[in-house]
Amino acid sequence: MTIVNYDPRLVKTKNPYPKGPNDWKRFFSFNTDAKVIGIQYIVTALFFLLIGGLLGMLIRGELITPPSDLFDPTVYNGLYTMHGTIMLFLFLFPILSGLTNLLVPPMIGAPDMAFPKLNALAFWLVPVFSIILLLSFFVPGGPASSGWWSYPPISIQNPLGKIINGEMLWIIAISLSGISSIIGAVNFVTTIIRMRAPGMGFFKMPIFIWTVLAAQLLQLLGLPALTGGAIMLFFDLTFGTSFFRVEGGGDPVLFQHFFWFYSHPAVYVMVLPVFGIFSELFPVYSRKPLFGYKFVAIASFGITILSLVVWVHHMFYTGTPMWMRNLFMFTTMLIAVPTGVKVFAWIATLWGGNIRLSTPMLFCLGGLFNFIFGGITGVMLATVPVDIHVGNTYFVVAHFHYIIFNTIAFGIFAAIYHWFPKFTGKMFYEGLGKIHFTLTFIGATLNWLPLHWAGLLGMPRRVASYDPEFAIWNVLASIGAFILGVASIPFILNMVSSWVRGKSAPPNPWKAIGLEWLLPSPPPHENFEEDIPTVLNEPYCYGLDKPFVEDEKFYVEKSLKKH
Amino acid sequence: MNTKIRRLKKKNFSNTFIIIIAVLLNLLVSLLMGYWSYSWLPIQASEAAHYVDNLFAFETTIGTFIFLGCTGTMAWILVFNRAPKYDESNGEPLEGNLKLEIIWTIVPLILVLAISIYSTGVNNKLENLGSKIKYDFGSEVPFVEEKKVFDYGPIDVISRQWNWEFVYPNGIHSSELHLPVNKRSNFRLITEDVIHSFYVPAFRLKQDIIPGSVITYSLTPTKEGVYRLRDAMFSGAYFSQNQTNVIVESEDIFLQWINETVKKEPQNGLNPAGRLYDKRLRNGNRGWATVKPAPDPKVNEVGFEERPHDS
Repeated sequence: MTIVNYDPRLVKTKNPYPKGPNDWKRFFSFNTDAKVIGIQYIVTALFFLLIGGLLGMLIRGELITPPSDLFDPTVYNGLYTMHGTIMLFLFLFPILSGLTNLLVPPMIGAPDMAFPKLNALAFWLVPVFSIILLLSFFVPGGPASSGWWSYPPISIQNPLGKIINGEMLWIIAISLSGISSIIGAVNFVTTIIRMRAPGMGFFKMPIFIWTVLAAQLLQLLGLPALTGGAIMLFFDLTFGTSFFRVEGGGDPVLFQHFFWFYSHPAVYVMVLPVFGIFSELFPVYSRKPLFGYKFVAIASFGITILSLVVWVHHMFYTGTPMWMRNLFMFTTMLIAVPTGVKVFAWIATLWGGNIRLSTPMLFCLGGLFNFIFGGITGVMLATVPVDIHVGNTYFVVAHFHYIIFNTIAFGIFAAIYHWFPKFTGKMFYEGLGKIHFTLTFIGATLNWLPLHWAGLLGMPRRVASYDPEFAIWNVLASIGAFILGVASIPFILNMVSSWVRGKSAPPNPWKAIGLEWLLPSPPPHENFEEDIPTVLNEPYCYGLDKPFVEDEKFYVEKSLKKH
Repeated sequence: MNTKIRRLKKKNFSNTFIIIIAVLLNLLVSLLMGYWSYSWLPIQASEAAHYVDNLFAFETTIGTFIFLGCTGTMAWILVFNRAPKYDESNGEPLEGNLKLEIIWTIVPLILVLAISIYSTGVNNKLENLGSKIKYDFGSEVPFVEEKKVFDYGPIDVISRQWNWEFVYPNGIHSSELHLPVNKRSNFRLITEDVIHSFYVPAFRLKQDIIPGSVITYSLTPTKEGVYRLRDAMFSGAYFSQNQTNVIVESEDIFLQWINETVKKEPQNGLNPAGRLYDKRLRNGNRGWATVKPAPDPKVNEVGFEERPHDS
C-alpha cells in the first residue's frame, strides 16, 4: 500500500453548515472550525473552574475549624468528590483540549484538524457529561461521594439501593469523558503526524507540538484501561456483577490497577502540554533560543514511556510485594531525569536573556518555581518508606495541588494571556493580568504550602473533621483558598472587558517566532489557506541568523495587510 | 588588548567567587533544613520512625539544595537580566551545550539511583509486611502462619465502618490498642466491609486492610505514650471519626492490663460514628446517603474517645 502524502495546500475543510452562523452564535453551534471549538472548550472549562473552585472554597470553609460543623459529613464527602471530578474532567482536560485545538493547526500550518466533525463531537460530549454529572446533585442520595478515585467496595455500596444514583451518573460521565478524550487524541495525533507544513520535520516542530503528541499518545495508551475499569465498576454497581465485589470473589485492588494505569499518566497528559507552553514562552520573553531543543523534545517522550510504568506507586501500602514496591519506586524516580532535563533547559534559556516580565512570563516563572517545589516533594513521595508515612495524608494533597494547580493551571493562564491577542484580535489589560498573577501566587502558596506540614504530622486526606493540632495549617490554607477565589475576579474582568473593548492586537504583539504569528489576529477560517509557508528551522532562533520560513517578509506583510 | 584580558580574567574570577559562595551558602541552608525537618514530623515511637525520618531529612537536604540552586539562579537572572523598558533586543543566542546537557542528565540519574538504593535498604530493614492471604469474604478468617519472629501476637485488628476492634490471643476484645514497648507485636489485619488503612503517624507506618484478604503485619513500638491510630483510606461518611488510641506501655503494665481486662464483662465499645448517625436520625436524617454504621463492638476494654495523645 502506498501512503499518499497529505498536502494541506490541496485540501480545504468543508463547513458542513454553509449557512451556519458566523457571529457570536457560532460558539453555540455544531461548528467544525478548530478555532471555534477551542474557544468553546476553553470557555466551558473556565465556567467549570469557577464551579470547582466554589466547591473547593466550601471544602476549605468546612476545614477552617477542627470539628465538622458546616456540613453533614456525607455532604462534605460529596463536595470533595465533585470538586476533584469537576476540576480534572471538566476543567483541566477540556481546557487543555481547547488550547490544543486553538494552537495545533496554526502552529503546524494546517487549515484545521484532521477530523473536524469528530473534533466537534469530542467537544459536544463535554456539555453532555457535564450535565449528567451536575444532575447527580439532585438525585436521591446525592452525588458520588467516594472520592475521584471511586475505589470499590466503597463506590459500589449504594446505600439507598436505587438503580439511578449519584455514583452511577458519575461513572457514565467519566466514561463519556474518556470517550471524548480518546476521540480528541486520535484527532490530535493524526493532525500532528499527517498535516504539518512543508519542511516541518519532527525536529523543526515547536516543543508544544511535541508535548501534545506525547500527551495524546499517552491518552490512547492509558484511557482504555480507565474506561474499561469504569464500565466494569458500572456493572458491579448496577447489575451486581463481581469484577471488584468481594462477596462474589472479585478483587477491589484490581480496580486500583485499572484506575492508576491511566490516572497517573493522566497527570502527565495534563502537565506535558504545560511543559510545552513553558518551552514556547520562555524563549519569547527572554529573547533567546530554547536551550537544548532536541533534548527537551526527546525528554517529552521519555516522560511518556516512563509514566506508563509507575502506577503502583499509588499502591505502596495495599499489600504489594517488596520487589514490586522497589521496582516502581525506581521507575517513578527515573521520571525526575527527563523532567530535570526540561527544568534545567528552561533555566538555561533564561540565563543571559533579555527578560520581559509581562503577565504570561510571570505565570510561567511562577509555574516553574512551583513545579520545582512540587517535583521535589514528588521524589520524596516516590520513596517507599516516606510514602508509607505521608501517603494518603495532606502531604499528598499539597504535592498534588502544587503540580495540578500551581504548575498546570499557572501554565494554562500563561497560555491564555500569551495567545489571547492572537485568537481574539484584542490586547488584554496588563495591569489586571499582574493583579491576577499576584493574587493567584499568594493564594496558591498560602493554600497548599502549609498543608505539607499537616500531612507530615499525620492528618489524613479527605477528612471532614480533624484533631486540633492540625488547626493552624488548615486556617492558613483556608485563607489562601479564599484569596484564590478573589483572584478569579480580575481574570474574568480582564478577559471579558478586553475581548469586548480592548485595543486591537497586531499580528505579532510579542515579536515571537512561530507559524501562528505569521497569521493575522484573529486568524482567518483556514489559517494560511493556500499559502502555507515552507519551514526552514525550529521556531526558536532568536538572535540567530536563521530564517524560520522561506520568504518570511511576504507572510509578515500579508498578515499586516489583513490586519 | 592586555587590559581586556585582565578585565576578562578579573570578571571570571569574581564570577567563580560568587558561585563558590552561593554553593556554600546553599549547602549550609540545605543542611540546616535537613536538620530542621526532624521537627516537622511527629514523635518517633517505633523502630521504623528513625529510618523514615533519616531518609526524609536526607531528601529534604538534597531537595532544598536543588530547589534553592534552581530558584536562586532564577532570582539572579530576574535581578540582572531584566530588559530595560522599550528594549526589544535579543539575548545571548545560545542554542545549547552538549556537555552541559549530558551532565544534567547524568547527575540526576546518579542522584535518583542513590536515593533508590538508600530507600531499598530501609525497606529491607523494616520488613513490617507479612503475607497477604485471600479468603472467602464473610467466612471464618484463616489463621496465617507468620514466618518472621515476633514477641507478642497475633492481635486481630478488625476495622469496620466506622470503628476499630482489637482481639488479643487470650480472647480480650478492646476498643483501644495496647502494646508492650520494645517488643515486636504481630497483627492480623481484617476488614468487615470496605478498604481501611491502619495508620499510626508516630510509628510512620501504614497498611491498607483489604476486604477478602487477611494481611499479617508486625511492628515494634519504641516509646511509651498514647498515639492516634487513624483510618487513612477513605471509607465513607464517618471516615473522619474512624480513629482510636494506641497505648504503648512497659511490658509489666501491659501484662497487668491483660490480666485485669480478661476479667471485665463485655460492654459497648467506642463508636463515635454510631452516635453521630443517631444524632442525624434525630435531626430528620438530612444529608446525602450513607450506609448505617456498624453496631457498637462488644469489648472488655472500652477506653476513652477523648484521651490526650502525644501524637
